Amino acid sequence: MGIRFILMVNKQGQTRLAQYYEYLTLEERRALEGEIVRKCLARTEQQCSFVEHRNYKIVYRRYASLFFLVGVDNDENELAILEFIHLLVETMDRHFGNVCELDIMFHLEKAHFMLEEMVMNGCIIETSKTNILAPIQLIDKAT
Amino acid sequence: MALSGMRGLSVFISDVRNCQNKEQERLRVDKELGNIRTRFKNEKGLTPYEKKKYVWKMLYIYMLGYDVDFGHMEAVSLISAPKYPEKQVGYIVTSCLLNENHDFLRLAINTVRNDIIGRNETFQCLALTMVGNIGGREFAESLAPDVQKLLISSSFRPLVRKKAALCLLRLYRKNPDVVNVDGWSDRMTQLLDERDLGVLTSSMSLLVALVSNYHDAYWSCLPKCVKILERLSRNQDVPQEYTYYGIPSPWLQVKTMRALQYFPTIEDPNTRRSLFEVLQRILMGTDVVKNVNKNNASHAVLFEALALVMHLDAEKEMMSQCVALLGKFIAVREPNIRYLGLENMTRMLMVTDVQDIIKRHQAQIITSLKDPDISIRRRALDLLYGMCDVSNAKDIVEELLQYLSTADFAMREELSLKAAILAEKFAPDLSWYVDVILQLIDKAGDFVSDDIWFRVVQFVTNNEDLQPYAAVKAREYLDKPAIHETMVKVSAYILGEYGHFLAQRTGCSPKELFSIIHEKLPTVSTSTIPILLSTYAKILMHSQPPDPDLQNQIWAIFSKYESCIDIEIQQRAVEYFALSRKGAALMDILAEMPKFPERQSALIKKAEDNEVDTAEQSAIKLRTQQQQNSNALVVADPQPANGTPPVGQLGLVKVPSMTSTADLKPVDQGLTQANGTMTKVDPYPPDSSADLLGDLLGPLALEGPPSTAAQLEQNYVPGIDGVPSTADALALAPVEEPANSVQPIGNIAERFHALCLKDSGVLYEDPHIQIGIKAEWRAHHGRLVLFLGNKNTSPLVSVQAIILPPSHLKMELSLVPETIPPRAQVQCPLEVVNLRPSRDVAVLDFSYKFGHAAVNVKLRLPAVLNKFLQPIPVSAEEFFPQWKSLSGPPLKLQEVVRGVKPLSLPEMANFFTTLRLMVCPGLDPNQNNLVASTTFYSEATRAMLCLIRIETDPADRTQLRMTIATGDPTLTFELKEFLKEHLISVPTAPRAPAPPPVSQPTPPPATLNDPGAILAGLL
Repeated sequence: MGIRFILMVNKQGQTRLAQYYEYLTLEERRALEGEIVRKCLARTEQQCSFVEHRNYKIVYRRYASLFFLVGVDNDENELAILEFIHLLVETMDRHFGNVCELDIMFHLEKAHFMLEEMVMNGCIIETSKTNILAPIQLIDKAT
Repeated sequence: MALSGMRGLSVFISDVRNCQNKEQERLRVDKELGNIRTRFKNEKGLTPYEKKKYVWKMLYIYMLGYDVDFGHMEAVSLISAPKYPEKQVGYIVTSCLLNENHDFLRLAINTVRNDIIGRNETFQCLALTMVGNIGGREFAESLAPDVQKLLISSSFRPLVRKKAALCLLRLYRKNPDVVNVDGWSDRMTQLLDERDLGVLTSSMSLLVALVSNYHDAYWSCLPKCVKILERLSRNQDVPQEYTYYGIPSPWLQVKTMRALQYFPTIEDPNTRRSLFEVLQRILMGTDVVKNVNKNNASHAVLFEALALVMHLDAEKEMMSQCVALLGKFIAVREPNIRYLGLENMTRMLMVTDVQDIIKRHQAQIITSLKDPDISIRRRALDLLYGMCDVSNAKDIVEELLQYLSTADFAMREELSLKAAILAEKFAPDLSWYVDVILQLIDKAGDFVSDDIWFRVVQFVTNNEDLQPYAAVKAREYLDKPAIHETMVKVSAYILGEYGHFLAQRTGCSPKELFSIIHEKLPTVSTSTIPILLSTYAKILMHSQPPDPDLQNQIWAIFSKYESCIDIEIQQRAVEYFALSRKGAALMDILAEMPKFPERQSALIKKAEDNEVDTAEQSAIKLRTQQQQNSNALVVADPQPANGTPPVGQLGLVKVPSMTSTADLKPVDQGLTQANGTMTKVDPYPPDSSADLLGDLLGPLALEGPPSTAAQLEQNYVPGIDGVPSTADALALAPVEEPANSVQPIGNIAERFHALCLKDSGVLYEDPHIQIGIKAEWRAHHGRLVLFLGNKNTSPLVSVQAIILPPSHLKMELSLVPETIPPRAQVQCPLEVVNLRPSRDVAVLDFSYKFGHAAVNVKLRLPAVLNKFLQPIPVSAEEFFPQWKSLSGPPLKLQEVVRGVKPLSLPEMANFFTTLRLMVCPGLDPNQNNLVASTTFYSEATRAMLCLIRIETDPADRTQLRMTIATGDPTLTFELKEFLKEHLISVPTAPRAPAPPPVSQPTPPPATLNDPGAILAGLL
């Protein structure tokens, strides 16, 4: 099963969003996030975007102060996931207009809505930004 | 930046953000949790808006890593809210906070179902998404039909259907029965005609899950997938919204190619041609462009295309094109591409023809081993490990050794393990192997596990030619100023055993050896001291003529340690002190250690068992697949100089191996008795060879109290060394010992053959004991119970049962009591796990004493290949596509077998049934043919369908043509050989007067030697 989790972490290591597609206990999550953040945040720009950790492969990308980390199975197509991160960021950009860490932090629910439209059960479900954002616009209109 | 619609939530988030430290944050969070708890307590006063706000706060707190153990019910209850915003929050937060085992979730199942079958499509989407993310078995059982209806009905819009597809995927994973394969495959095929790319994307994920489990039913989807790929690669009918930097949905392209990799092959020439056109276009047409995103996306597609080409086993030309591309990739600057180049090249190693082309890139790969990025270094290490063989082992291992001194700590252990394994596997000569291991210990002692040095000691002990060389090397290392403790252990051990070979050299007199070793004693830990004491005792023994000065020194040390608090040290000191006063008797007792029994390398076992780090796993798995039967111990020259049989021949019966070279003919050695003494005194439980710990402790255990054991041995079984075992490997009759006057009752070989076909009966009987067996088999597991019954009125003593399992079986025998009381029966359960297909047979080495008679028998255990079969009926619809898809060797093998015991067709069908093969009448139109099917279970193959076709000649019943097809080459071969063995007459031992087993008609004379049959069998 492709994507196991998606994390957004700032460069201080604070989690801004965490979505898991397999059940882990809180302790397991805490430990995992700590290990991954330690490993990935220490890497330089010249290093590749893939880190092997436990049974996962972490595909990550940094945008300003925010790291997007996606944990996948060992046999997932890494570059496809890397660009999926970018698609997620572009989608947020379209909604928030030049998205930043604070947008995600203070609009946690919207970030979740978007993710919910893009990934389900660890599989990519939609890649059209218009379709992804349609339900959010529906709510925005209603309120 | 618009503030969130929920002010209270925003305030809380910014409060947390403003906290100066973790403690403050915890206080703020605790306060909020308290607040939410009180608000939830009198729920009546809560508006839906407030409820929603608190539930979001809970999610936020949970995300920060704090336990939220209340409020779940409130979150779930929002699901039934009438309005969309509340309902949405309910669904999303529930799927974040809860898991499928949560009771509250089960309570909501009706509400969820109502949303799914209701008419409001936004509600449908929410419900499908939550079930898709966390739905469990109950959901699968009650919702699957509804979800399927949504997916296939064109009256629902794509936004609902795409969610239904992934929801169904979840339900299918929770309970595969919810998808009825027969009915569903057509629907799935229709689904792939879909125009909407969202629905197609999610349906493709569903297809991948379905075909990865059972591709057979979905052949009709294959051409559709190729069509989709064509559509995308030609950019036909792809809306702008689904192109990403000019590339038509790279994700759908990747997924579609992934689905295609689950079909074993593509039969239809047109489909195959269309697909190869697309793939060729991708391979040739992917250029490097400036835009990073576009570049990544196009290369994502390219790498998937490479994987698909490898899978399809394209023509050599296309393969070389792929390797060339990968060779280019591993040298580029862009680290992601470099990483993926190495990773995919490792996968490419599975393709047989291209290894030589890959080797041309060895220099570049070695450069990557020094890359600044650990991810890339790991890939390079994996690839080097995978591509290593006899031709390049020296270069690669030396590179690894060099790299070891600078490697990061995180990699050193893995690195040294891999270097040790490669050195052992591919050593061009054994002295090089010793060099490598000693260098390993020298450079990375902390990362060299005990099993590595145990292994080198085993090698040196078993190869006389190596002993003086190893002693010289060990002596050299001792001159170094600071050496690792492991080096002290291994040098001391080797010099104790073989130091006397060096006596003529300067600096190597017993006294000098002693003092240089003894210099290290103050620096070592308690676990090393016992080894040093043994070494001293051995040096003392070897100093001829006796050197009173040295003797006094060593005695002083022994007497010093006689009061040591560590029991092991104390015991050795006391015993060695006493023994060394016995003069000449010392020679016998402290004689050189006998050869070790050959067993699977503990290292390789460790590597196989090590499932923790994925980085290690891939290549090791790959390596095991490639060399399934080859034995780790085999060095480049399979015939060791000192005349001992090739190592690793513990596989008692035949060791057929598809991958090993033909000259490694099965050696009918039966049991190699060179080390007979050791099996007798092995103080470890009989399952030691299946047990890593036993394996590791082996050398040390022997090293422990050898004195008494060796003596006992000599008293009771004089001259057991070199007892020849019976020549016939197939009928491992009891070893004939001079003292063994006890004759078995009945024919052991026939008892064994009978037990191969039934699950309970007598395995062995003589005047004193009867060994019965009862077995139960389930998939690849088996549970046997041995019933050891004492027939006498006095006890049987020194009872020992040791299982010698072949490498493909994991066997654990529970403890066997040393004494069986008069007229008593003891039951000893034996657990069996089948790891992979093989015809090798496990042996029970059983011994006991009764009065003056010592009896030792070696009995084959009926844990044979057919026990792991489960008959399964197949219909013509299932049989033929499968039969066709397994088109030829090595998955489908055919052979003409001669010298078959003549059976009528009904008799043969009966015989097959007893072998657990399901005869499928009517499948073959020819009346003289017989088709059968069964499922084989092992850890490596899982459940694997086996198809068998027998064509008989009514004019000559002693010959037939047999065709076997399975999805695994080793299984096909082993099953074929197995059936052949059973169809050809079973050789009966010459002295067997006992009646033949009921299920088998009397066989004609043995024809196993028929050269034609043997030759065909080797192919």
